[in-house]
Amino acid sequence: MLLITCPYCGARPEIEFRGGGEAHIARPSDPAAVDDQSWAEYLYYRSNPKGVHAERWLHVHGCGRWFNAVRNTVSDSFEQTYRMGEPRPDATKERR
Amino acid sequence: MSERSAISVSVLGAGATYSLRIAPELVASVREAAGFDLTGSINTAISTGAKIAARLGPDEWLLIGPDGQSNALSDEIGAALAGHFHSLVDVSHRNVGISVAGREASMVLNAGVPIDLGDAAFPAGSATRTVLGKAEIVLMRPDADRVYRVECWRSFAPYVRAFLEETAREFNSQ
Repeated sequence: MLLITCPYCGARPEIEFRGGGEAHIARPSDPAAVDDQSWAEYLYYRSNPKGVHAERWLHVHGCGRWFNAVRNTVSDSFEQTYRMGEPRPDATKERR
Repeated sequence: MSERSAISVSVLGAGATYSLRIAPELVASVREAAGFDLTGSINTAISTGAKIAARLGPDEWLLIGPDGQSNALSDEIGAALAGHFHSLVDVSHRNVGISVAGREASMVLNAGVPIDLGDAAFPAGSATRTVLGKAEIVLMRPDADRVYRVECWRSFAPYVRAFLEETAREFNSQ
């Protein structure tokens, strides 16, 4: 079974978690000033990389906390997990 | 295999159960409310007499007290936490407790619980929210005996109980 390391609970089985899409997408601070294209990009456009990807995860059947994870979309290996609000770890910058 | 009736699965009586949410930095100064010890770290349960305080998340506790004291207990907890921003919800009617006891109780639970229940990973005093089959449960091991407490939502209880009884049958036959 795939184990995911929750920053609060430690290594736990995948079945306790729920994925939440790409991480570090900031909502525009002044939505009224944003044109339609930028707003659409904020809402719908995602990087969808082949390789290392930062994404949000929820430990729904556990501590109930959201956290961020760096996962390789090719191998499905979780390289790192970190708490919400912490910056994305530099060592795993996206390879393009 | 084991002795006959090595595993007992029994539904526990009603209890006064609460869900408490409070920031960890506030709890550091309170430490205790109405006999519930709130000093435990995440995924542990502390029993004091008939009261169990299980910390399920950084800011979440499940408090289980004796039945019949529901209103008195919530008043007491509220008084102890007065002045500290918190939320206290009476979930007595939402929860059903099931006891799984016996030498191989952890094997019965592991038929549906995906976490490691070995003594090293889930020692006495552990408590966590997890899943059993298709139902979400809170699993507690109050002391070193092989007695586990499964707390689930009321509507899941027939499923959880049947699941455990069916699994226990394998260990109780012969």
